[in-house]
Amino acid sequence: MKINVTINGQAHEADVEPRLLLVHLIRDVVGLTGTHVGCETSICGACTVHLNGRAVKSCTVLAVQANGAEVTTIEGLANNGQLHAVQEGFWECHGLQCGYCTPGMIMASCALLKDNPNPSEGEIRHGLEGNLCRCTGYQNIVESVKYAANKLQGA
Amino acid sequence: MRAYLPAYDLQTPANLAEALRLLADAPGVWKPFAGGTDLMVLLEAGKLAHKQFISLWHLPELRGISITDDSITLGAMTTYSQVQTHPILQREFPLLCQAASWTGSVAIQNRGTIGGNIANASPAADSLPALLVYEAELELVSARGARWVSYQSFHTGYKQMAMRSDELIKAIRLPRTTNQWIQHSRKVGTRKAQAISKVCIAALAKIENNTIHDIRLAFGSVAPGPLRCVQTEAVLKSRAIDDATIKDARSALAAELTPIDDIRSTAEYRLRVAGNLLAEFLAGNGIDFHSDR
Amino acid sequence: MSTNQTQIVGQSIQRKEGRDKVTGAMRYVDDLLFPEMWFGATVRSPIARGRIRSIEFTGNLPWHEFTIVTAKDISGQNCTALILDDQPCLADKFVNHAEEPVVLLAHPDKYLLEEARRAVKIDIEPLPALFTMDDALNQTEIIWGDDNVFKTFLVEKGNVDDVWASADFIVEGEYETGAQEQLYIEPNGMIAMANADDGVTVWGSLQCPYYVHKALLKLFGLPPDKVRVIQAATGGGFGGKEEYPSMIAGHAALLAWKAGKPVKLIYDRAEDMAATTKRHPSRTRHRTAVNKDGKLLAMDIEFVIDGGAYATLSSVVLSRGTIHAAGPYACDNVRVRSKAVATNHPPHGAFRGFGAPQSIFALERHLNKVAATVGLRPEELRRRNFLHEGQTTATGQVIREKLDLDGLLTRALELSDYHAKKERFAEHNATNATQKKGIGFATFLHGAGFTGSGERFLESVVGIEATATGNVCILVASTEIGQGTNTILSQIAAEALRLDYEMIELAQPDTANVPNSGPTVASRTCMIVGKLVESAALGLKQTLVQSGLLTDDYSLDEWRQACAIYIAEHGALKSFSKYEAPPNIFWNDETYQGDAYGAYAWAVYVAEVTVNLVTYETRVDDFVALQEVGKVINPVLAAGQIEGGVAQAIGYALYENVVWDNGTMRNNQMTNYIMPTSEDLPPIRVFFEENPYTYGPSGAKGIGELPMDGPAPAILNAIESAIGVRVNCIPLLPETLMKVMNA
Repeated sequence: MKINVTINGQAHEADVEPRLLLVHLIRDVVGLTGTHVGCETSICGACTVHLNGRAVKSCTVLAVQANGAEVTTIEGLANNGQLHAVQEGFWECHGLQCGYCTPGMIMASCALLKDNPNPSEGEIRHGLEGNLCRCTGYQNIVESVKYAANKLQGA
Repeated sequence: MRAYLPAYDLQTPANLAEALRLLADAPGVWKPFAGGTDLMVLLEAGKLAHKQFISLWHLPELRGISITDDSITLGAMTTYSQVQTHPILQREFPLLCQAASWTGSVAIQNRGTIGGNIANASPAADSLPALLVYEAELELVSARGARWVSYQSFHTGYKQMAMRSDELIKAIRLPRTTNQWIQHSRKVGTRKAQAISKVCIAALAKIENNTIHDIRLAFGSVAPGPLRCVQTEAVLKSRAIDDATIKDARSALAAELTPIDDIRSTAEYRLRVAGNLLAEFLAGNGIDFHSDR
Repeated sequence: MSTNQTQIVGQSIQRKEGRDKVTGAMRYVDDLLFPEMWFGATVRSPIARGRIRSIEFTGNLPWHEFTIVTAKDISGQNCTALILDDQPCLADKFVNHAEEPVVLLAHPDKYLLEEARRAVKIDIEPLPALFTMDDALNQTEIIWGDDNVFKTFLVEKGNVDDVWASADFIVEGEYETGAQEQLYIEPNGMIAMANADDGVTVWGSLQCPYYVHKALLKLFGLPPDKVRVIQAATGGGFGGKEEYPSMIAGHAALLAWKAGKPVKLIYDRAEDMAATTKRHPSRTRHRTAVNKDGKLLAMDIEFVIDGGAYATLSSVVLSRGTIHAAGPYACDNVRVRSKAVATNHPPHGAFRGFGAPQSIFALERHLNKVAATVGLRPEELRRRNFLHEGQTTATGQVIREKLDLDGLLTRALELSDYHAKKERFAEHNATNATQKKGIGFATFLHGAGFTGSGERFLESVVGIEATATGNVCILVASTEIGQGTNTILSQIAAEALRLDYEMIELAQPDTANVPNSGPTVASRTCMIVGKLVESAALGLKQTLVQSGLLTDDYSLDEWRQACAIYIAEHGALKSFSKYEAPPNIFWNDETYQGDAYGAYAWAVYVAEVTVNLVTYETRVDDFVALQEVGKVINPVLAAGQIEGGVAQAIGYALYENVVWDNGTMRNNQMTNYIMPTSEDLPPIRVFFEENPYTYGPSGAKGIGELPMDGPAPAILNAIESAIGVRVNCIPLLPETLMKVMNA
């Protein structure tokens, strides 16, 4: 099947099989490996990307279902080497350790802050419930999102 | 390597009519595929033998929420995220919004659909007890036409549905009649989020002066399908809320539920906690709760 | 430019490789591509024990296109070399656990490969299997050695049997812990290139490059310079990538050798969970003599762990569990008898804490029972028995450091508002029928570095090399797996040389390029390897000073200039440092007496819980983790280590249940193996006390495993305080609590 997907602002045309997962389109076809696969069952959230501006788990979306859509991955966040506030927050506040969940966690955090620019700790924990981290206990992740929220609000 | 799926067919019909034609031409061959949040998990676990799918996600006819004075109608492809953020649903159908917020996590709620939840027919589905107590109706469509059925009689057994193989769920209609009822629901999962329910309750009641005038109760994960507990309701109707009433309700409920042991919990736990959840609901609207009652 | 005087140790500097991790630029093993690379898959035993009758390649598949490897293709020794070398790399005639690897497949098409994996049918004649420690001990079958016992230890101090008759109370108890999956978010994976000319090279997700190196040498019968192991970025390990990667590397290399192509072998989550190691399940029995003042007179402890089908690391896990079993208490008479037994589960293995979480769970639950028996509050019982400077542990180790457990306990109870909360909760519980609140704590220790003579045997080496620009590269096989190796070792080197943090980098762990600084395990990277980095760094400086190129007081410019001149004259500027045991450290492997560890971290953790009597669920509402860990190199990073460990341990205590069915893990997916989400965990409040350790870098000790030890007993102690019911097994699921409460 022929599909057209815009990834990080760049149009991609691909002839794909229906069984191709969106995450495999991103990683294997387009070659953007920042989006990780952790569980194949839509639990861990390491593969979280934005599909038309909404967070989705790309391991359980078919590539053909993204036909005509805009996809943003972790590689599309920084602007000319300038880190996005959420990326900066995760680095600054030690919101990551092994880094494997980090791209998905950051994409979920960006989606959260888009809907709720000034979330409480509870709202952050709720908003990130779909992204598992085995290293941090989430404490510094919560701090990272707060940092980014402050920064994005110009505080 | 399990995520490298066996080859299969996936049709993406341009519109509903084309989808229905596909189903009519080869009944039972094409499995409808909505947000994929359930099916993909099975596919990647190698637990779905089906090889032919028809994608419904993009069909405009299955989308949208429409409102009349008497009812709200949700297109089958309405996502959990859309359910949760809809102001009238929030106001009048909070149990459905709560259930939507329990399902998976945000990224799942952006993909998972209410129609998909019904058609997946899991006894543990979060939204189905709410649909039972709201007495939802389903619009089923096929190339031969459309019909409305009561949701209550739709799930007939484990993963069984009163629907022909050439039919699709097009819409879900909720009558706007329960706004004044007391509304309550609770899910007990294996953790706070991204959990499949071990037992859940949805309850509506009209209670005045500590007397139950009317009540609707539904449970998930305690029977082959989501279960409206009509016998327990009958025991409770017109009764004052007191220890004796709760005791009788517990007995009736125990007789009505048929839970099983599985990988997530035990029949014994489900039975007792279902009773506790009912007692908690009643107690919250009357007297103190005692778990041993 | 003046000398760089900034203190770098003690600062919460940003993670060294953080930018790559937040931008998606970091390359994990599955992100690496090689020309003409094929993909590998593993076909495994469907049953726990039996004799392989035949292997059939069924279905309409182009089998001739596949590279197929079985035990017959192994040129060296068919084992995954570790301690006893009893575990085959590929099962040959017999299988001894479910998911044991039997056949390997490789093909360029991943989809076809997955179809083929499902189409290989291994016909096995079943043999009786063992799944419980009791069956193993009772020898209902002999499945390993002569007696199903991998290892036995006896630690004896004084004589417990002299004490029973004179004790005011004798308190007995039995405690059980379950298996736990490490659940690093990056599944295991390896890429191999292998042929007769170049030997074997592997890239992978791993903790211990030289363990993999050793295993590949034996498997292929090659000389050391023909095997090369390179660590790719590793998405978490927690012990789960300590020994098992040797197996996967072997498999990838066997396929690559036969296929004549690079082969990438990546596990999916279901395979990783079902087939790879987990924490050892355990059972501990305590018999304790105590007098009416609460003084512990004798501690008799029996500790048994389930090692699974092969010996792997069970003997060392047992050792650590045994040594930690008597905790941070002074008792004149201690006997610990321990056994690691064989069952037909997949081998259990390394997981953060390494035996100590099991035995400490038992002890810290048991001491609450002892306290209740004597009629003392739990904190008072512990105060009366805490170790002090000059006293000895169960192995007779004299505590030589300044140790104030009393003060630590007092501070932890203050930080958690323990006493006030106890009172408030009692009132709350009297009036609330469904929500019961409780608070509990555990007091414990964790030894840093290899046990006993382990570090002496390892003889770790660390190198440091300067470039002509004055930048410095640390050469270690110690891996960054998320815990912060790159960052803290850079801080230590920068501090020792008074250079900027940015001037330090770490060489990629590659056995062709870095010396063997030992495995990345056992809370040893900071304390042991960090100290070697410090001394290698000082050696570098010394070389320049002795060459007359540098004085003791130097600026960055002078440093750069000195490096440039030295390298122009001598070609390279390198310094190596090899481990030497601190003086006064002695261990007797025969008697299991002596200085078990160079240093211990000491801790008091306090958990606050609510038990819901409608659903029997327990929620941890607040968690205070106070520890003395020597000098803290990077406070936010260190706190993150503690927070992560506490989170794993909350999972261990309340959520994470491995469901076994005839030796097969049934819930081998993240959908049904339940690790905590951000919604399930409380704020974790971390506090440090710093008592610098003479032989650690800038005074640091180890912290990696410590946080795994205390939370489970603290939480169960809190639950007991909430509902007055004593439960002594974990994971404590709501279903269990319901049963116990309604028994």
